[in-house]
Amino acid sequence: MNEMTKVTTAKDWASDQEVRWCPGCGDYAVLKAVQRTMPDLGVAREKTVFVSGIGCSSRFPYYMASYGFHTIHGRAPAFATGIKLANPELDVWVITGDGDALSIGGNHTMHVLRRNLDCQILLFNNEIYGLTKGQYSPTSRVGTRSPSTPFGSVDRPVTPCMFALGSGARFIARGIDVHKALPDVLKAAHAHKGASFVEIYQNCVVYNDDVFASFTERSVAQEKQLWLKPGEKMLFAGDTKGLALDSERLCLKIVEADDPSVIVHDPKNRGVAAMLIELPQGFPVALGVIYEDPAPTFESAVVEQNAAAASGKKADLQALVSKGQTWQVDKEPHAI
Amino acid sequence: MATATHIITEEEAASHPQAEAVVVRFAGDSGDGMQLTGGQFTLSTALAGNDLATFPDFPAEIRAPQGTTFGVSAFQINFGSTAIETAGDQPDVLIAMNPAALKVNVDQLREGGLIIADEGEFSARNLAKAGYEQNPLEDGSLAKWQLVHFNISQLTLDAVKPFGLGNKEALRCKNMWTLGLALWMFDRDRQPIVDWLNTKFAKAPELAEANIAALNAGHAYGETVEIGGVHRHHVAAAPAEPGLYRTVTGAESLALGLVAGAQLAGLKMFFGGYPITPASALLHHLSRLKEFGITTFQAEDEIAAICSAIGASYAGQLGITSSSGPGIALKTEALGLAIMTELPLVVVNSQRGGPSTGLPTKTEQSDLYQAVYGRNADAPLPVIAARSPADAFECAIEAVRIATRYMTPVMLLTDGYIANAAEPWRVPDMSGYEPFPVSFFDKAPAEGESVMPFARNGDLARPWIKPGTEGLEHRIGGIEKQPGTGNIDYSPGAHQQMTDTRAAKVNKVAESIPDQDVCLGNPGAKLAVVGWGSTFGPIHQAVRRAQGRGQDVAHVHIRHIWPMPKNMGELLKSFDKIIVPEMNTGQLKTVLRDQFLVDARPLNKVSGHPFRIAEIEAAIEEALA
Repeated sequence: MNEMTKVTTAKDWASDQEVRWCPGCGDYAVLKAVQRTMPDLGVAREKTVFVSGIGCSSRFPYYMASYGFHTIHGRAPAFATGIKLANPELDVWVITGDGDALSIGGNHTMHVLRRNLDCQILLFNNEIYGLTKGQYSPTSRVGTRSPSTPFGSVDRPVTPCMFALGSGARFIARGIDVHKALPDVLKAAHAHKGASFVEIYQNCVVYNDDVFASFTERSVAQEKQLWLKPGEKMLFAGDTKGLALDSERLCLKIVEADDPSVIVHDPKNRGVAAMLIELPQGFPVALGVIYEDPAPTFESAVVEQNAAAASGKKADLQALVSKGQTWQVDKEPHAI
Repeated sequence: MATATHIITEEEAASHPQAEAVVVRFAGDSGDGMQLTGGQFTLSTALAGNDLATFPDFPAEIRAPQGTTFGVSAFQINFGSTAIETAGDQPDVLIAMNPAALKVNVDQLREGGLIIADEGEFSARNLAKAGYEQNPLEDGSLAKWQLVHFNISQLTLDAVKPFGLGNKEALRCKNMWTLGLALWMFDRDRQPIVDWLNTKFAKAPELAEANIAALNAGHAYGETVEIGGVHRHHVAAAPAEPGLYRTVTGAESLALGLVAGAQLAGLKMFFGGYPITPASALLHHLSRLKEFGITTFQAEDEIAAICSAIGASYAGQLGITSSSGPGIALKTEALGLAIMTELPLVVVNSQRGGPSTGLPTKTEQSDLYQAVYGRNADAPLPVIAARSPADAFECAIEAVRIATRYMTPVMLLTDGYIANAAEPWRVPDMSGYEPFPVSFFDKAPAEGESVMPFARNGDLARPWIKPGTEGLEHRIGGIEKQPGTGNIDYSPGAHQQMTDTRAAKVNKVAESIPDQDVCLGNPGAKLAVVGWGSTFGPIHQAVRRAQGRGQDVAHVHIRHIWPMPKNMGELLKSFDKIIVPEMNTGQLKTVLRDQFLVDARPLNKVSGHPFRIAEIEAAIEEALA
């Protein structure tokens, strides 16, 4: 922590604006989690920028007492890129949703991840378009009935973390809006230098209520949530079960917790990360930091190259405009 | 008076004439290196002190099938001993490297003009590819022109024989042979080209030597061989303001102007771009100038290019993005956000023929509606247009000045012709430019008071507050806001007031721009020819000629398209008649009618080629008849 940074509390991070999400929306829980996490990060409000696109979640920056930029649909990663390149000292957070990041903004999400811009990307996935009143989204499951798909959607959904992995993300994590472990996920995302991709399962009470209930309900949570911890065994169901590699079929299998083949979580293992992201039916949902393997960040590479290319050269404007093959005209002009 | 279509008579030719101006067109296959030949001829011409203007005309295909008409690449240069404003109406000399080049270009050659053709390329196969049934060099179909032809291919092969190049590589030296001949014809110095070849082929000296040998052979051929009809012309140096000169293309001068603008504003520059013809050259030029505090970013698409630039402006740098019409269309939503959040931004549009992909390598000025009116909702922004490659420098500085002073995106219009064309440019003395340093707002409000990111100064501009400034944390976005605080506010009063203020602010720009002048002729003339952008040259020459015939005509050239200078309405109403030549179907005409209720009449051309002086002269005649 920078010792010059003022100590803050969660309250210091709340803006004076009235929060206007539907009562019971998962966004409230995420907002609280972020506001609670910020003081622990040792960052200054003035050096923090929340950038968002369009959608319910994208109202988020207005409620944070930092700098904030509510931009246009799907493009938040591009704004974040300009902000971070212009001032690498800023701590940049991108707030987005499943439609914003994976439909209209899929291209930008891919490129900000492959470039590895140092920022935290929080994707609020509620598998629905909320702000436009309930149409199905690119993460909606096949058969989702919505105003635009009254007979059920027919197209297959994208898996956000697989998309991130395929795009070259070096940090991929999952959390749940109301889960107490969300601040830890956020802290890990912030600690990672580079683009940190965090998918947050967020419940839309109005248009897609309980869509994640099969693993978020208190009654099934233990059985259906696998919280990954680096260097620790992959255990769930009250540490009674674990995951091991089925080396014949090259996939993961569920074994008893005391089975010596239970895998220890190595976040750098990209192959296992892929399997964890797409655990099949009957398995728990992998949560926490699934994949982390740091690489040089985009802005640091740009800054370094700019400095190297400029070194030894003087910013002499007169010399610049006088470059190339020149000739001198000495005589006085005469009338044409 | 410069006469771009000056006809070299036989008598003049015989007496080693002092031609005032000559138009030469080099045409060949896109693989023949015609742009390079033209570029080098331009350089030697500039060094000889002529005024000049060029028109590179090349196909959209990178390498169209060899020998076809759609693969023809041409470079036209007009140079003279008097002021040159256009690339010339009609070539006096056409150098055709193959049948297709002849076919595409010969009709534009003035009657009696000179054709120099490489007969070595006029094989049955190439003739067929160009659509000739018979060899035009032999069938008399070119009788209205002077025709000379010799086997340039073979002469080149002979010249470079000692260097042991393969046949294909040896033939690549053809363009240098041709350039050598052209240099001889117009009494140009070969040394700059020799120097350039030695630098270009520093790593392959045999190629440098072969090319130099071809250049010298072409020159010697002119000197020693009696070529029927080919005469040597001396074009004297043009009078010019004393000073240091260089040639500059529009893309170069734009890049330099943007750098100068950023320096005068005291800002680092962020340039977000995405490759598109003909705008990419700007990205290329700027990406080499890191020592001026420039970050260039090749984004994933046009939208990300502008969004990243807006992000950089938000963070306190000068955000710039550039494209051509179709790319500007993609940037439009983000432009609305820049207008709504009132952040400085320069958007350069190198216009090309359209709509859609249209004519990517041809010029047009048909994005004026897009610039002035082309956004959803009431979204005004200042628009300025460059008239020539050299003028793009001044316009770029002006765009930066307006963007930073008024906290607004500014659209800078140029076009494919300006971007690619070259002209001599008197190197500016940068100490003569008044700096306009930006000051970021950094005074935190008193306890209990709100941050006011949308407070207004006398220009109605809001403060520029950089993230990182303590005590001024605030949020901005695309939602309508409360005046002053910028907090979300959908109320009728807030939207009315903010909409009015955004428009009033842009209109305020008129208070810091010069009054509209009449660049030729007088207010109150019988006829005003009103133009903008790259039509400056032909309009200026046409008006000059009409005045020479005693006609009461004025030329009004508009740089500030939006808002227009304060006196524009009054000035326009002083003329009896107004014609507006444009390379579109009448866009400035509409704006003038809309803004000033004047009877502006259109003169339109959308062929992908600039206006010819004669076309505008004819319109002047008709208007005054």
